[in-house]
Amino acid sequence: MGRLAQTEGLTDDQRDILAAVREFVDNEIIPVATDLEHKDEYPQAIVDGLKEMGVFGLMIPEEYGGLGESLLTYALVVEEIARGWMSVSGVINTHFIVAYMLMQHGTEEQKQNYLPRMATGEVRGAFSMSEPGCGSDVAAITSKAVRDGDDYVLNGQKMWLTNGGSSTLVAVLVLTPGEVAEGSSVYKTMTTFLIEKPEGFGEVRPGLTIPGKIDKMGYKGVDTTELVMDGLRLSAADVLGGEPGKGFYQMMDGVEVGRVNVAARACGLAQRAFELGVEYAQQRVTFGKPIAEHQAVSFRLADMATKVEAAHQMMIMAARKKDSGERNDLEAGMAKYLASEYCRDVVEDSFRIHGGYGYSKEYEIERLYREAPMLLIGEGTADIQRMIIARRLLEDYKSRG
Amino acid sequence: MKIAVCVKQVPDTWAEKALKAADSTLDRDAADGVMNELDEYAVEEALKLTEAHGGEVVVVTMGPERAGETVRKALSMGADSGVHLVDETLHGSDALATSYALAEVLKDRGFDLVMFGSESTDARMSVVPAMVAERLGIAQLTFAQKVEVSGPTVTIQRATETGYDTVEAQTPAVVSVVEKINEPRYPSFKGIMAAKKKPVETLSVSDAGLDAARLGLSAAWSQVEDFAARPPKAAGTIVVDEGDGGAKLAGFLAEQKFI
Ligand SMILES: Cc1cc2nc3c(=O)[nH]c(=O)nc-3n(C[C@H](O)[C@H](O)[C@H](O)COP(=O)(O)OP(=O)(O)OC[C@H]3O[C@@H](n4cnc5c(N)ncnc54)[C@H](O)[C@@H]3O)c2cc1C
Repeated sequence: MGRLAQTEGLTDDQRDILAAVREFVDNEIIPVATDLEHKDEYPQAIVDGLKEMGVFGLMIPEEYGGLGESLLTYALVVEEIARGWMSVSGVINTHFIVAYMLMQHGTEEQKQNYLPRMATGEVRGAFSMSEPGCGSDVAAITSKAVRDGDDYVLNGQKMWLTNGGSSTLVAVLVLTPGEVAEGSSVYKTMTTFLIEKPEGFGEVRPGLTIPGKIDKMGYKGVDTTELVMDGLRLSAADVLGGEPGKGFYQMMDGVEVGRVNVAARACGLAQRAFELGVEYAQQRVTFGKPIAEHQAVSFRLADMATKVEAAHQMMIMAARKKDSGERNDLEAGMAKYLASEYCRDVVEDSFRIHGGYGYSKEYEIERLYREAPMLLIGEGTADIQRMIIARRLLEDYKSRG
Repeated sequence: MKIAVCVKQVPDTWAEKALKAADSTLDRDAADGVMNELDEYAVEEALKLTEAHGGEVVVVTMGPERAGETVRKALSMGADSGVHLVDETLHGSDALATSYALAEVLKDRGFDLVMFGSESTDARMSVVPAMVAERLGIAQLTFAQKVEVSGPTVTIQRATETGYDTVEAQTPAVVSVVEKINEPRYPSFKGIMAAKKKPVETLSVSDAGLDAARLGLSAAWSQVEDFAARPPKAAGTIVVDEGDGGAKLAGFLAEQKFI
């Protein structure tokens, strides 16, 4: 094993957990990933294996049946899994965000109801902010919940739900204009609802339809869907945290840990691209020597490794900051931004090292090449990260002049 | 049912293996250590048997300090406790010495079954299970692709080149397994955390009451006098078919004494 992307100061538990995941990834994920991806087939056997291992409960507190591990452990596990296949980390990512939102903002009753079942993977989460008309500009959502006695009636269309079909619990963000004082900020007009539903497509519960899978460029295997609410009736007990008007902040909190998670995915993907590139460069011979001995190729490898290392350390730093209890929006934004840009670069370099073969579906790099761009978009585009970073910097470095 | 599983830490399967110049023994520090793959199948089978019939699984290893990782791996898969024989004197022990040491550690502990992987990926001798059975004076059921226990009777399918033989013995007995037997489980995260709290007995050569003169490199029945690195791969021969390709190929194979 090489020495890139090591993490200093891990506990024995963390090291053993990561070794177990790595073994699983090498034996059970990498050998089948490309084939499943090409068929756009849900990796059921892999998900079952991870369930048995305990991945779904990794960060859920012990009192709710999980392992109570840190964001750092979680991120390192995600990095290993994404090294095998990004789509598998996608299966866990939205689950983790919803569990985190419940841990942070759920009522005790909601925690008791969902977390133990989430820890075993019996209940699996998806979250839904984006709509056909908006992604970055979350405040532009139009889906709405209107009170009707003790119930709420929800209408609207949601877009881009990772695990929309395979999940059984969706945290969905909608407007609840009737619940706040006239003239309140739009950010205080949004509420997160918890919708329990069966797996599958079509009208899965009265008033709730998951139309089907969106056909994507990459990130296949995991289902990404729309969600249509047409008179969906929920009770007041389904409001996350019990109080309307807090949804935006709850979602932003979830997305913030999600950003470390996306950074971790980018790190894993970049590591794999590097591994493939450095191997190929020593096998392929041109002009009488392995291409790794041509300076242009060796420089590429040097750049790739440097980016792999930098992204990993940045991601670790952001995770540790959150674990220490400090605000980490700046670090999470930087880690997500840097890791996803570097990932794209490293994958591109590895692709070029592969020459024409990289364009063939027989080579793994072809899959990575289609996967990497997703990381530039999901959980806030690069430009949105830069906005967040800059905003925070201008607070911290406010001119005294 | 009380089952011992003997496990060995070996260099990672894919790692470049090297001998040490000083004493011509395997350089165990040069590569990451992992549990010998076939031993994982033995652990899995022992866990399955105790899950079905009740009882406990004790992992036993002989090896340097670092081999403790392999004990922990077996514990995280679900074994109940471990025994680790670790001592400088053991360094360089051959199969005879290893079987002597293991048999001494295993005897008098009341095991119904002593399980092994059928060979290790580093030494590849496949003799230690048989030797241990002989030293303990109990039956050996080797190369099992299936194991069934009913009361005091153990029945295995012994894998052969053409199929299998059914072999039966009374406990206590030694069983070695081949990889066809099962699919070893991955440790769960809960198992990993629980492993830290499981008891591991560490024994030195004198703790185990072993005769140091029968152990280690100096007691080995064979000696490595010299070794050299494998010569680099030479370029292959390309046979161009000009109507006589078949004859040329046959000529090449005959020259290499393949036919
Ligand atoms: C495969 C996949 C899975 C997804 N999964 C989920 C999910 O599970 N749940 C969920 O809620 N969403 C999900 N999304 C949606 C994702 O979060 C959005 O696509 C993303 O936030 C971008 O939103 P948008 O597509 O509407 O682009 P837009 O917001 O329309 O942005 C278009 C472009 O304009 C830029 N831009 C926008 N605003 C500004 C600005 N103020 N200044 C400068 N530039 C700006 C953007 O950076 C981008 O380049 C997923 C998306 C994909 C592709």
